[in-house]
Amino acid sequence: MRREFWINTVLIGGLLGVVVLAWLLDEPFIITLSTKVVIFALAGVGLNLALGHGGLVSFGHAAFFGLGGYAMGILASHAQSFEPLQLGPLVIEGSKSMPVIWLAALAVSALAALLIGSLSLRTSGVYFIMITLAFAQMIYYFAISWPAYGGEDGLLIYVRNGFPGLNTLDPIQFFLLCAAVLGVCLFLVDRLVKSRFGMALEAARQNPQRVTSLGIDPYKVRLVAFVLSAAITGLAGAIYADLNRFVSPAMLSWQVSGEIMVFVILGGVARFAGPLAGAALFIVLEHFLGGLTDFWQFWLGLLLLLVILFARGGIIGFLAGERRHG
Amino acid sequence: MSLSLFLEQVLNGLQFGVMLFVMAAGLTLVFGVMGLINLAHGSLYMVGAFACAAVAAATGSFWLGLAASLAAAALAGVIVEIVVIRRLYTRDHLDQVLATFALILMFSEGTRWLFGSFPLYLNTPEILSGPITFPGGFQYPAYRLAIIVIGFAVAGGLFWLIGSTRLGIRIRAGESDREMINALGIDIGKLYTAVFALGAALAGFAGALVGAIQSVQVGMGEPVLILAFVVIVIGGIGSISGALIGSILVGLTDTLGRTLLPLVFSTFMDNSAATSTGSALASMLIYILMAAILVFRPTGLFGARS
Repeated sequence: MRREFWINTVLIGGLLGVVVLAWLLDEPFIITLSTKVVIFALAGVGLNLALGHGGLVSFGHAAFFGLGGYAMGILASHAQSFEPLQLGPLVIEGSKSMPVIWLAALAVSALAALLIGSLSLRTSGVYFIMITLAFAQMIYYFAISWPAYGGEDGLLIYVRNGFPGLNTLDPIQFFLLCAAVLGVCLFLVDRLVKSRFGMALEAARQNPQRVTSLGIDPYKVRLVAFVLSAAITGLAGAIYADLNRFVSPAMLSWQVSGEIMVFVILGGVARFAGPLAGAALFIVLEHFLGGLTDFWQFWLGLLLLLVILFARGGIIGFLAGERRHG
Repeated sequence: MSLSLFLEQVLNGLQFGVMLFVMAAGLTLVFGVMGLINLAHGSLYMVGAFACAAVAAATGSFWLGLAASLAAAALAGVIVEIVVIRRLYTRDHLDQVLATFALILMFSEGTRWLFGSFPLYLNTPEILSGPITFPGGFQYPAYRLAIIVIGFAVAGGLFWLIGSTRLGIRIRAGESDREMINALGIDIGKLYTAVFALGAALAGFAGALVGAIQSVQVGMGEPVLILAFVVIVIGGIGSISGALIGSILVGLTDTLGRTLLPLVFSTFMDNSAATSTGSALASMLIYILMAAILVFRPTGLFGARS
């Protein structure tokens, strides 16, 4: 564990170092790439809670990532056109303020996860994988065929949303804001995993019968974990959409579910900084392999295959050794 | 809506359904016998379609292309099984999902490398290119009708293969007790390779048949793969009859939903709202069907009760 602590410190310090260097050398593109790493890591932190700690192999987290993105897109587009959103008797003003948008993204993705989770968690194993995938596809096709918010073309937001006291258009300030969100979520998830709830979740993964006999309902524990996991991924989606000032059904596609899973696995399942390591490696590969060949995903696939077949703990597992228990 | 339009939609739904069955049968067999969830099944579908399009373009014969699709997909299946898949049988489902996800990336990019990003075109064979006229004047494309017939023939062939041949007996035995069948002197490794190749060949065959009515392009397999997942979740994983019922249910629900729902909504909404609401809901219909079935039967219609 001590070794893992040092690896995490080097990883986080390295990322911050790269960003500070890029800031000093005035390289906004590197800062934007690092922001992307942080946001993908946040999405991975969400999935890691369900997949790593809860053993719930969700292949549909793109649904929450995309719903978070659409929460941002819809609120900002209503603010941009000065037309409030009418939901029956409810009238919702659009918003260009990140805190409001984030709350909306958390709420929407948590609610969706409550619905999807309460149905999917009735099953387990392969059924669970396929059903989460299928529900994500359902939302994907809905987003494509529902014309009100751009349908297949997606929604473009003209100016990045604001955060009180910050200029979010400045790459370094936006990066620091995203990094702060990631830091808070990493801390909260770490506390949660080490709490009584986290132990119950871990135990429900290892031996549901025994957990039941102790008077804890594994279904409820898993559902709560699934909802929290989805909310974090949804938040990441809202911030990602803000980074691009664009949201489209592509954020909901099954490839995104796969990619979020790849961040978690490449980095190391159920590791504190696993998603960050995985997302960083993914972006580095995308950027550098993508510059060398148009077919970089072939090599990504090969690397992923080798990691799964021969290095099961991911990067952190490779560097820090096996987890103490699991 | 006229009767002939309705009949046409029912046949379209059946055609879609039987092709889903040919895909889903391989998936469900591989899962039932080896306990493996194979995301790369959609890639084998794509391999079949590309092999058929390439050979048909080179030789001018659709039938040679169809044979090539079977051979190419089965060969790809054997290679993938020996190199990668056989290391995954003892792993958990997470590893299987990720390794086969990695295979999708490699297959898709590899195909893009070989054939480029543009879709290939595959024409329906001459003999089946026109419509067939039923008594009463109703017309339907001969090729789509042939697909329905072939789909049911494949289903019949599979039931015969599993139910009454020696290979089928071994497959069923492998499903229920792999140590025992090994002890009885049957090479379980070869059996697994054979089952995987069979599933792969079916997927490639479906890809080639569908490729002639849609375009042949990279990424064509994954939407079908996900629908095949829905099918086997509905039917019950590992069950061939479940896959047949499930795929026809999904094919009909999807096709009829897309035509009927906008009509239903237009009875109480104005036209444009009815079209958008109807088509949005229709695109979700099969997933709603799946959710509904899961509420009542968490292991699918024909699945073993846990």
